Amino acid sequence: MKNAVGREIPDALLTGGREVYQGKNHMDGRYIQKAAPKTRRCEKPQESKVVESIAQALRQCKAANGMTFSFHHHLRDGDYVVNMVMQTAIEQLGLEELTIAATSLGSAHDPIADYIEAGKVVGIQTSGIRGRMGEVVSAGKLKTPAVIRSHGGRPRAIEGGEVHIDIAFIAAPTSDCMGNCRGIGGKSNCGSLGYAMTDARYADHVVVITDCLVDFPNMPASVEAIDVDAVVVVDSIGNPQKIASAAARISQNPRDLMMAEDVAKVIASTPYFKDGFSFQTGVGGPSLAANLFLEQYMDDRGIRMGWAIGGICGPMVELLKKGKVGKVIDVQDFDLDGVNSIHQTPGHFEMSASQYANPANKGAFVNKLDFVVLAALEIDTSFNVNVLTGSDGVLRGAPGGHPDAAAGSKCCIIVTPLIRGRMATVCEHVVTVTTPGDCVDVLVTDYGIAVNPLRPDLIQCLDAAGIPHVGIETLKEKAYALVGTPDDLEWEEQVVAVLEARDGTILDVVRKIRPFTLG
Amino acid sequence: MIPRPRPERFRLRRTMMFMNAQKPGLIKDAYIYGADSIMLDLEDAVAENQKDAARFSLYHALRSIDYGDTEVIVRINGLDTPHWREDVRVCVAGGADGIRIAKCESADDVHTIERAVEETEREFGVEQGRTLLMAALESPKGVLNAYEICSASERMFGVAISGGDFRKCMQTTPQRDGVDMLFARGQMLLAARAAGIQCFDTVFTNLDDQEGFEAEVLQNKAMGFDGKSLINPRQIRFVHQVFAPTEKEVMQAEKILLAYREQSAAGVGVFTVDGKMIDIAFIPGAERTLRLARACGMYEGDLI
Amino acid sequence: MEILKPAIAGTMESSDAQVTIEPGTAGIELTLTSSVMNQYGRQIRSTILETLERLGVASARVTVVDKGALDCTLKARVECAVFRSCGQSAANIPWGGAVR
Repeated sequence: MKNAVGREIPDALLTGGREVYQGKNHMDGRYIQKAAPKTRRCEKPQESKVVESIAQALRQCKAANGMTFSFHHHLRDGDYVVNMVMQTAIEQLGLEELTIAATSLGSAHDPIADYIEAGKVVGIQTSGIRGRMGEVVSAGKLKTPAVIRSHGGRPRAIEGGEVHIDIAFIAAPTSDCMGNCRGIGGKSNCGSLGYAMTDARYADHVVVITDCLVDFPNMPASVEAIDVDAVVVVDSIGNPQKIASAAARISQNPRDLMMAEDVAKVIASTPYFKDGFSFQTGVGGPSLAANLFLEQYMDDRGIRMGWAIGGICGPMVELLKKGKVGKVIDVQDFDLDGVNSIHQTPGHFEMSASQYANPANKGAFVNKLDFVVLAALEIDTSFNVNVLTGSDGVLRGAPGGHPDAAAGSKCCIIVTPLIRGRMATVCEHVVTVTTPGDCVDVLVTDYGIAVNPLRPDLIQCLDAAGIPHVGIETLKEKAYALVGTPDDLEWEEQVVAVLEARDGTILDVVRKIRPFTLG
Repeated sequence: MIPRPRPERFRLRRTMMFMNAQKPGLIKDAYIYGADSIMLDLEDAVAENQKDAARFSLYHALRSIDYGDTEVIVRINGLDTPHWREDVRVCVAGGADGIRIAKCESADDVHTIERAVEETEREFGVEQGRTLLMAALESPKGVLNAYEICSASERMFGVAISGGDFRKCMQTTPQRDGVDMLFARGQMLLAARAAGIQCFDTVFTNLDDQEGFEAEVLQNKAMGFDGKSLINPRQIRFVHQVFAPTEKEVMQAEKILLAYREQSAAGVGVFTVDGKMIDIAFIPGAERTLRLARACGMYEGDLI
Repeated sequence: MEILKPAIAGTMESSDAQVTIEPGTAGIELTLTSSVMNQYGRQIRSTILETLERLGVASARVTVVDKGALDCTLKARVECAVFRSCGQSAANIPWGGAVR
């Protein structure tokens, strides 16, 4: 069945009331039945939940074949916990048929690819998938199609019972003996633990894994002891250098800066750019650099940013400290400046993934957002964005909060170079639709700006400000003139990943790629 | 192939941005930053054993990339190297707008290149005189011979000083107030103006010293330079800001050109604008101001 | 042109391609790897083969490691490798002739 972004969704996937994507806000107003976990009562007074090993924690939580284990990705590319747990479960306990439900997976998790190839891991649910794992899943080696959800879609699916977590593993920079966890105060700090919060509330069992046991009570806790079954202390939960880089520096790349300046110009031309406006930006080169130019426009107009959300890093913390933004609400930290500021700088708060972006709750922050500035691997002439598959068809990205912030915001700006090497970023059809075009308003490239025709109001704003813009077709033609028109990718029938829209409908599928070889 | 219009000898050249001709990722779209001219470099940026490879890259870039209104100049290797003759051939064959003669020391040097360009234009059936020249003065001798260099050829559109080599010869280093090159810049400007060609200042290489860069650009403008060589697109915007005319200058230039049109149609040679005596000597300056104003987005009329 | 000795041109940097050419006996033996193989493999192959044909190279072992080079860069690297292998890359290149 064809969905609202023109993608053919196999009927076999449309079971149990599953629908195809039918446009923005299609599910608005419907009721959902929330799912509750089945948890163990701990009535007796207890001194400590610390157990000796991950194996022991797994046994205590009745780990069994066919279970779903959840993980969060706050330790990013420095994470040791996913590999540690899966190795124990598979190699020590001999478990099989396991599903990993992670908030995201990255190149730190390359070893999991072996477990997929060996058939021990049979399901993957994640926002992002990269490195070797992306390659083996793309090659069709995972037993069931991977399910890709946005950061808002994941808590929606968990709360609605579409994902049932048997055991949630919380990598915690600090924990006390009862399992009160924080992202700060230890030796592998990550700042916010926002993505772990829903998992802990909805999993049957919760295991905290920490490398820094602190005195009870570890307050204010991001994950609370009331949800925790066991605490395991290990030597190290991750590589601090890869968890939070030193300060995320604003790009000095002239191309990034040029695009960032145009982004700020576009923002400043809209009626939403007024005192108290709200803002989210990615941490990619041009997105982050937009902060710099935006600050100049704010100074010129004598206005302040009301609040900012998202993944947080140094430049936003700077604005907060300078009093140029009222509050920063933080679901994840990308650098040490962010990590060191959360709960320390007045106005810098932590939030859960659900609070951030869940389309099925009653007050997600993204829905009150004025502007979001985001990147793209590809964007097509219908403004559909792909941030999941490379233009070679291989899984190597992450929708993250992209579809949520795009859908919720009043003005979603995509900023990307027109081409990367020989890849046309602006193209006829994206390989995979991860953010539907009806959520995307403006495209800023190094070769020009295009406004979605669905937003005549924004076109007027740009015209009034004298900002030149062109049709997105023109940009696509320019890109193809530079790199040549790409050949269509060739696919096998097998679906290797299902991409859920944030509302739970099916937005697209990724099939097994048939690589081109010289005959 | 992308046909390029015949190069204009005197056009707006506020910014000339250097780009390594050997780096495909850089030269494919160096024009997007809005420099008036880009300078594809076959000389210092290219290692000695990659000169041949750089020419192949340059040739195909020139033939296949649409640089639009951006002028494309190539810095060739010096006359004391085995490379310059093939450099000239590839520039002419590829259709570069101009050639920058490195380490130019005399009118003879200009003539040597000029002859090679003439021969090559014949070889490749390129319109005679199409390929423009500019000279880079990099030594005391070059600076002392500035006038004969500037006036050596009808193809010459400008002269530039190359600070790095020149300062070494002079046993000095960049100074905050520009005193290290004050005389050389002055001498070169005098020679360029006397010969009626354009004059460009050297690059400012310390990207971390924005303050020093800005001071130097302001001094360039005050001394009367037409523009500046740049090493990074980030430097373009400030130069364009500094070299932009004021609104008053634009209005004045418009009035002068309008009055000139009317008066010369009526056969009058000297007239007054706002109480000021104006004759034909004011016209090139007024035209230059409006051209600048157009490039800066300050003028949309049809007087130029 | 006859390939006399092995020669290399280009780099492994992004947007570039590295071309190695060696004497061969059985026509053009092309080995191609590319970061954009699935979308541009065919076009890259035909650009390489056309360039070799224009240069009159009938026999050679050609290895191309492409890092997303545009066509103009691919041509430049192939040509440079061929001229280098004949010891003729420094001067009197037939610009606009066999090289175009």
